[in-house]
Amino acid sequence: MTTSNKISTRQRNRINGYLFLLPNIIGFAIFTFIPVFMSLIISFSDWDGFSEMNFIGLGNYIRLFSDHVFLVSLKNTLIYTLGSVPFIILFALLVAVALNQGIRGVKFFRAAFFIPHVTAALAIAAVWQLLYHPTVGPINNVLMSLGMDNPPLWLSSSSYAMLAVIIMTIWKRMGYFMVMFLAGLQGIPEVLYEAADIDGASKFRKFIHITVPMLSPVMFFSCIMAIIQSFKVFSEIYALTQGGPGYATNVLVYNIYIEAFDNFNFGYASAQSYILFIIILVVTLLQFRGQKKWVNY
Amino acid sequence: MIKKLNIKQFIVYILITAASLTMIMPLLWMLSASFKPETEVFAFPIQWIPETFLWSNYVHVWTEYPFLNYYINSIKIAVAVTALQVVTCSMAAYSFSRIQYPERDKIFFGYLSTMMIPYQVIMIPQFMIMRNLGLMDTHLALILIGAFAPFGVFLFRQFFITIPMELSEAARIDGCSEFSIYATIILPLAKPAMATLIIFTFIASWNDFLAPLIYINSEEMKTLQLGMRNFQTLYDSNYAQLMAASVCAIVPTIIVFLFTQKYFINGIATSGLKG
Repeated sequence: MTTSNKISTRQRNRINGYLFLLPNIIGFAIFTFIPVFMSLIISFSDWDGFSEMNFIGLGNYIRLFSDHVFLVSLKNTLIYTLGSVPFIILFALLVAVALNQGIRGVKFFRAAFFIPHVTAALAIAAVWQLLYHPTVGPINNVLMSLGMDNPPLWLSSSSYAMLAVIIMTIWKRMGYFMVMFLAGLQGIPEVLYEAADIDGASKFRKFIHITVPMLSPVMFFSCIMAIIQSFKVFSEIYALTQGGPGYATNVLVYNIYIEAFDNFNFGYASAQSYILFIIILVVTLLQFRGQKKWVNY
Repeated sequence: MIKKLNIKQFIVYILITAASLTMIMPLLWMLSASFKPETEVFAFPIQWIPETFLWSNYVHVWTEYPFLNYYINSIKIAVAVTALQVVTCSMAAYSFSRIQYPERDKIFFGYLSTMMIPYQVIMIPQFMIMRNLGLMDTHLALILIGAFAPFGVFLFRQFFITIPMELSEAARIDGCSEFSIYATIILPLAKPAMATLIIFTFIASWNDFLAPLIYINSEEMKTLQLGMRNFQTLYDSNYAQLMAASVCAIVPTIIVFLFTQKYFINGIATSGLKG
């Protein structure tokens, strides 16, 4: 009696478990899980989405190595990431530490830093396009009033366009990480600092030996997030520069979009998307390995 | 000693005020420009408060341009996606956290690990599936791809595991069905998680640009973000109106954020997900 009861409970749990999963899993399988494998298959073909699928083996992947535009987009993505992520993290940390000094109006300041994050990229891009306007824009007006005779042309200059995009990115994204750091800082037990006070530790030593180690899990996670976000940047590029001038801001994801939905090179675009996936996978794995060395849990 | 501390605090205040003003300056400039006549948009030094407030830019955006239609489309999609996510995600999370069966954690791990896959990897097959289902240029396509996100499952699961299991056990002994435990006991306790998900999903859906760009073609189906893009190309030289349109596009998310800061911040702090 008890055994059969036990079995039936187990069976019932399993049935219930799957029933509760069902609504989500069906949609998830159709629109996410199956597509992951479909795009891998497509990446081995020269499919245009309409005619018959023609398998070309590793052709797309080999072609990538000699495709100048793709290689430039990869390089640009790297420049974009290296140019934005360290500053995003650094500024976010500085502001979070400042806001954690027990000052008043934290809510107001936090909102001020966070609002760019919740605003739509398209609207934001419209404003920044005007701010960056080469002749009449406020940024160059300020630079000229400070005595700069030939201020950068920003978005219309192939040497400054990426910098312009990076500056906007730092502005848009740092608030998010600031909030994560602030939450992390507020989670550090006060007793640690009290103990250090008793030992007569200086402010700087407390920061290095308590704050930094205690914050390291958040730091670690934020770095992964910021890097992955940078590799996936699209809307900002689409709205701000369309990859130009020339190919100056043509990043990987923008390139994938153009290959897929402007040129209908579905196979080639899929191969590029798998390169993106592999990069993200490697970054994540590297971070998880590195984490053991410097993260305290 | 006290004096020294005050000076230090004072410096922190000055620095943080300056920094936060820099942060909101582009948005203030946008707001200011949206009320100006075209000729004054780029006036320098910047006149933050326009001499005469010009409402006509906004009037134009709303009357001579289908902004209302874009608004309604965006709200419709965001509400549908959010409602579906709350239901499907909370149910899946319930299964992953409060029912015991052998494969559970493996399935959960597999499910969660797909969060790392960039959207670009699935975007082409998804497009093919939608085309085969005859859902191109429909809002249903956007709703379906948004309705089953792993983020919501993760968020609800994080919350459900903090609710004592004894609560479910007691209800089971009383003869409650699993569904009624979920619907009448666990879900009502998870209101903070629900609020967080609603806010996150609403803002993300409102701001989404890539998926509408892929799926929507016809003018009357366009979302606000697509409409913004339209506006930008059509009204290339009318900057004041472009700023008015931009203000209209970001005001809803800013308001949602300001009123729900607590949940939003907690959501980031506890989940740290979704960029």
